[in-house]
Amino acid sequence: MKRRSFVQASATVGLGLVVGFRFEALLAQEAAKPALPNPFDAWIRIDAAGDVTLVCGKSEMGQGIHTALTQILADEVEVDWARVRVEQAPTNGAFYDHGTGGSSSVRGSYKTLRQAAATARTQLVATAAEQWKAPVSECRAERGEIVHAPTGRRLGYGALAAPAALRPLPDPATVVLKDAKDFRIIGQSIPRNDIPAKIDGSARFGLDVRVPGMLFAVIARCPTFGGALKSFDAAKAKASPGVVAVVEVPPGPKGSFAPGGVAVVAKSTWQAIQGRNALAVQWNPGPHAAESDATLRKSFEQLTSAPATAFRSDGDAAAALASAAVKVEATYELPFQAHASMEPLNATVDVRADRAEAWLATQDPKWAQDLIMEVTGLKAEAVTVHTTYMGGGFGRRASADYIVEGAQVSQLVKAPVQVVWTREDDMQHGSYRPAAMHRFSAALDAAGKPVAWLDRMSSVSISRQWDDPAKVKPWASEIDGAVNLPYAIPNLRMEYADAPSGVPRMWWRSVEHSINGFAVESFVDELAAAARVDPLAFRLALLAEPRLVKSPNDPDGTPLDTKRLKACLELAASKAGWGEPLPAGRARGLACHFSFLSYAAQVAEVSLVNGAPRVHRIVAAVDCGRAINPDGVAAQVESSVVYALSAALKGSISIAKGAVEQSNFHDFEVLRLPEMPRVEVHIVASDTVPTGIGEPGLPPVASAVGNALFALTGKRVRRLPIRASDLA
Amino acid sequence: MAEFTLVVNGQPHKVDVAGGTPLLWVLRDSLGLTGTKYGCGVAQCGACTVHLDGEATRSCLTSVESVGARKVTTIEGLSPDRSHPLQKAWVAEQVPQCGYCQSGMLMTAAQLLSQKPQPSDADIDASLGAHICRCGTYQRIRSAVHRAAADKGGAR
Repeated sequence: MKRRSFVQASATVGLGLVVGFRFEALLAQEAAKPALPNPFDAWIRIDAAGDVTLVCGKSEMGQGIHTALTQILADEVEVDWARVRVEQAPTNGAFYDHGTGGSSSVRGSYKTLRQAAATARTQLVATAAEQWKAPVSECRAERGEIVHAPTGRRLGYGALAAPAALRPLPDPATVVLKDAKDFRIIGQSIPRNDIPAKIDGSARFGLDVRVPGMLFAVIARCPTFGGALKSFDAAKAKASPGVVAVVEVPPGPKGSFAPGGVAVVAKSTWQAIQGRNALAVQWNPGPHAAESDATLRKSFEQLTSAPATAFRSDGDAAAALASAAVKVEATYELPFQAHASMEPLNATVDVRADRAEAWLATQDPKWAQDLIMEVTGLKAEAVTVHTTYMGGGFGRRASADYIVEGAQVSQLVKAPVQVVWTREDDMQHGSYRPAAMHRFSAALDAAGKPVAWLDRMSSVSISRQWDDPAKVKPWASEIDGAVNLPYAIPNLRMEYADAPSGVPRMWWRSVEHSINGFAVESFVDELAAAARVDPLAFRLALLAEPRLVKSPNDPDGTPLDTKRLKACLELAASKAGWGEPLPAGRARGLACHFSFLSYAAQVAEVSLVNGAPRVHRIVAAVDCGRAINPDGVAAQVESSVVYALSAALKGSISIAKGAVEQSNFHDFEVLRLPEMPRVEVHIVASDTVPTGIGEPGLPPVASAVGNALFALTGKRVRRLPIRASDLA
Repeated sequence: MAEFTLVVNGQPHKVDVAGGTPLLWVLRDSLGLTGTKYGCGVAQCGACTVHLDGEATRSCLTSVESVGARKVTTIEGLSPDRSHPLQKAWVAEQVPQCGYCQSGMLMTAAQLLSQKPQPSDADIDASLGAHICRCGTYQRIRSAVHRAAADKGGAR
């Protein structure tokens, strides 16, 4: 697709200048899509008052994307921050959102959004020049006005918007982006535009949607994964106050993974919950009822004990291991993890005979629309999705099981319905971060230099569940961050085999990097200890001369640049005072990791309090290219650190008899305020294109903490969450 | 079902619900005051915190019949115009991310400041330690409570 088709003007009476554009296609299949009736997924609108609005399909889940994208627009279109707004795009026949995830919103939008904004600005300059009968070269944009330099005449964007809409858009070749030295808003810690509504109760999350005549529903689902409804007796539930219907919900469309069940529909949420408590229901437990942590662990042990498919093979790891001076072996284990967003899953859907409307906290409104179409048989133009704020997403809201349920129940009871997941539903019917195991063997030569690295990995594969069995690549969302090991080791082999499991899984903040960042960076630390070399010096030596390391998983992707990783490591170490003395009972550890095209390094400072690990300080360095909003970058790293510490120190999901054992925050504990360490974020100054920041701060946390605990206790943390008994 | 009169943010409201209905759902579903959030239903997370006669209370485990004549204050009633020192501090420190837990955080912090105008870190831990934020805004919450305390002190 040529550049021209990404940007186009549209004159709509009363709206002023509207420039539609597509965010850069991130996925090959997106680029290959046939021509769409309307190829845009975002719009810039300049109205008669001179206000500039970004109509944007990217969802706000706390990551600050509504602010960051609006900053890019304001700067490139050349208006003051006070004149720019953001509006969530509705998903209907005219919008094609790419979804929000993979730390991709800024990195995927930056160039295209700037190009579109510069197109609008160029158009306004040309319109003013025409009115003044002056050469374009004498006119420039300045804070919402076009200025004719020789005469000092000025015309506001508001006055120019309507005539600008009537002109053909400029040739893209004539559109010149701002020079970065002229940025006024990009790179500034502008206060977030969503915060005022989030301190007075006015922000509307999915669960806050209120529609006239709406009912509330909760669904009884089979507790064991893959099971099905056997029978139910609705008599007592129907007799419960406020209950208006008890309906059987069939499993959702293929690929939606909505399990079906029995919905209890009532006039209020509480009445629906009470009604479900009164429901008598029997389940067929299904094919996975015998699965447990123990059965899965056995699979992992078998699969990592035998050779598997190699995804990287440099030199001859087997031979180097056989003749090694020193051999180091270790196995790392990670459990399933729940997303546990503070806002439990929910969907408000109103299905009518000829149309449907939905209000959803979702990372993927377009897919939601597709599934509602599939459930109802309605066409795209008859299905409107309104995306609300999300009370956390972390990957869980990239699934659509809960959305399908909303459509199903509304269709069954012929009324607008809010399907509410209780916290227990949310905890026990999740799409979990996979459980995984890494079995490492490495060899050091007589000088303590690593000469061989063998990593055998097994996990419960995300792709195995989600992708077409005929085309599935089980390793696709599992091995990155391990297979592209940045350290210079001549004989290096990475193998992967996926383990059978009935447990639903999906992206969890930083996906495989949360697993591999822990395992790889902990084992590297083991090698440093075996070599009796300082962990920082050991890593810096192995990062060696600047190199680009490609991921065989993504050979065309942007490779890891060891120079940037090294710079991050050095920055974190220096800010943390690496090597300087600490009070007795404290120790430091460090780790680094590359993910979502960004670089992160962290130093953790720990102690033991009554035998339990306590993290006092995390010093983080990140290189995410140009930081659009430095305070927003810092907030994302702080957030990633806390999310990772919860998984490192607190709760996890365990499986027994094919079901999740945890149910609420009393048995799935998360980090709380008294345990919060001091987190310091240092951003590497950069003028390269922005890269991901919602996730890259997460992968180094557990290994930095584990490595610090090793420095303190001599005990190596090889499984998460960290148990006091493993340190005794 | 029974009729109850609740005084919420200074306004009386009549509701017809079962006496055992948690105040949380009366606020959200009967009165449309959705600023008070459901997070866990078992007083583990604090997202549902409101004031009953100024005392921070988990509305998810407070039955409507137990409220009696006590005045209910929700996040919508914390101030008319986001002018509470904590709300100003929450903006200054750029605390919220997803924002879902923040109503409860603010209501508990407001009670803390009313009882301890200059709280220590330990006071903040003891008060807000029973809340959960999955976005990890804890560090900024701590700073914002201290900032609000300083602002209040300065105003006196």
